[in-house]
Amino acid sequence: MIASLPRPAWLRVATVLYVAAFLIFLFTPLAIVAAFAFNDAPYPAPPWHGFTLDWFFGNPAEHRVGLFHDTELLGSIGTSLLVAIWVTVLSVTVGTANAFLMERYRFPGKQALSMLMLTPLVIPGVILGISILSFSSRVAELADDVFGLDLDFLRPGLPLVVFGQFSYIATIATLMISARLKRFDRTLEEAALNLGASQAAVLRTITFPYLRPALIGSAAISFLMSFENFNTTLMLVGSEPPLTIMMYGRMREGASPVLNAVSLFLMLASAGLALTLMRGGSRASASEPTIKS
Amino acid sequence: MAETLAVPGPRSWSRQLILTLLLGPALLWLFALIVLPHIQLAILSFRERMAPHVYAPSFAQYRTFFAEPLYWEVFVRTAVLSVAATALTLVVAFPIAWVITKVARGRASALLFVVCLIPFWVSETVRALGWLILLRQTGVLPALLVKLGLTSMPVELLYHDATILTGLVYTSLLFMVTPLVSSLESLDNSLIEAAYDLGASGASILRTIVIPHAAPGITAGCIVVFMLTLGNYLTPNLLGGKNSQWFTELIYTQFIVRFNWEQGAAFGFLLLGLSTSIVALGLRLSGQRFVDVMRRS
Repeated sequence: MIASLPRPAWLRVATVLYVAAFLIFLFTPLAIVAAFAFNDAPYPAPPWHGFTLDWFFGNPAEHRVGLFHDTELLGSIGTSLLVAIWVTVLSVTVGTANAFLMERYRFPGKQALSMLMLTPLVIPGVILGISILSFSSRVAELADDVFGLDLDFLRPGLPLVVFGQFSYIATIATLMISARLKRFDRTLEEAALNLGASQAAVLRTITFPYLRPALIGSAAISFLMSFENFNTTLMLVGSEPPLTIMMYGRMREGASPVLNAVSLFLMLASAGLALTLMRGGSRASASEPTIKS
Repeated sequence: MAETLAVPGPRSWSRQLILTLLLGPALLWLFALIVLPHIQLAILSFRERMAPHVYAPSFAQYRTFFAEPLYWEVFVRTAVLSVAATALTLVVAFPIAWVITKVARGRASALLFVVCLIPFWVSETVRALGWLILLRQTGVLPALLVKLGLTSMPVELLYHDATILTGLVYTSLLFMVTPLVSSLESLDNSLIEAAYDLGASGASILRTIVIPHAAPGITAGCIVVFMLTLGNYLTPNLLGGKNSQWFTELIYTQFIVRFNWEQGAAFGFLLLGLSTSIVALGLRLSGQRFVDVMRRS
């Protein structure tokens, strides 16, 4: 029952218990991951053997490879960052172009194009991965047969991972930027044009500053979604695995607490990103409908 | 392009140029990464390898799927478990969305919502690691059960269907809570108060006022959760182990392990078909448009 109506005591108690149980359900796995990053034992399992920072700073000479000496793991973080930067730049650029295209222009087939732009969201990530894999290898084959070209970037590897992630993250960026452009008051632009500003000056001084929160928000979301992507990446990855793939591989072999250490870092980083975005977002674009998806 | 030419003034040719420049990236993205790859996937799925580099068009890949019980059993199993996970997610998420929108007030409500969102900013890999450490035989929960005297030996809590369901519900909660909150927010409290004053019971208020009003949010949440669950790989694979038998694993095996792309492509299309038809069914039943649902979520 809602707050303004009388609620029996049992219902109040039940509500509190339910919320408490729900929060325990949500946070226990994360708390456990964080706690076992500091357990002084070779496996992330009970019992508790005491506090240690070995899983962060331990060096190979002491038979414990901590996160900061695990070159393989650090390398995969670097790979993930590189992929995420490319995906972010591509998605925000194409998303901005799409937003102007869909909000400012009329052309035949616009309705169909706008439907097509949404489809990447309903295609499972695994299928995006295999379709791009098979198409790019077909193109590589053709290029080899017809022109004798060896297009290495079309073989499984980082360029394909970037393309695969971009293929659906571009939709999210487009939706976020379009939503803000739609609410823009165009009389502002007209006033500036009437006062003698050039088209370029209007874009630079009026339209883009207005779009800034959406551009920043979509960049952050694109970065995060790329960094955390698993399904599409799994199908397209070559010899340089990004962090999620590397962690998955190690978890199947039997986890070591180094994974807990790197997870703790990820949690802190994404919590930081989330809080900054929510704080900035509540000021400028609280009604951004897609920010949470 | 007749409409753009109709725009008066000397700048119409430059408008035309900008339109072309803007269409470029959109068409390149959609055709090179979405449309053509799926056509290639369709071609692959409808052919059969006769000899090295010799292929003939055939339905063999789809025939294999129906002839081999293992394949379609995994398919049906994935679909059924996904439906169950979606229903469970709705049941778990609805009370929380209700508390956020109707019971808690002001800052408490906003805080609860943010707290519910935060775990989902963390990678799914990390969340799966948490469940692994909690549930495996040497893990935290079995040790706790022994300590409490509920079991004499540590039990293996991984590799059950219930474990997979728990993991899937956990992963999906955000995508259910968010649309539910936004649809319940717009429900006017005075309607509930009026019904209450007129003597309606809680159950009948829920049935006749709340659920009809929240239907768009419920549909949007269910569709998104179902799609994500069906296409999930990580959670069933890590929490279910060898018993998980999730359909995406079959696709991975055919494509990456066995290098049988024709069979993998056919499996991919079957999964895509199932996903699309359930989404279409959901939209039909609730009378909503696809665009609105995607915007909502």
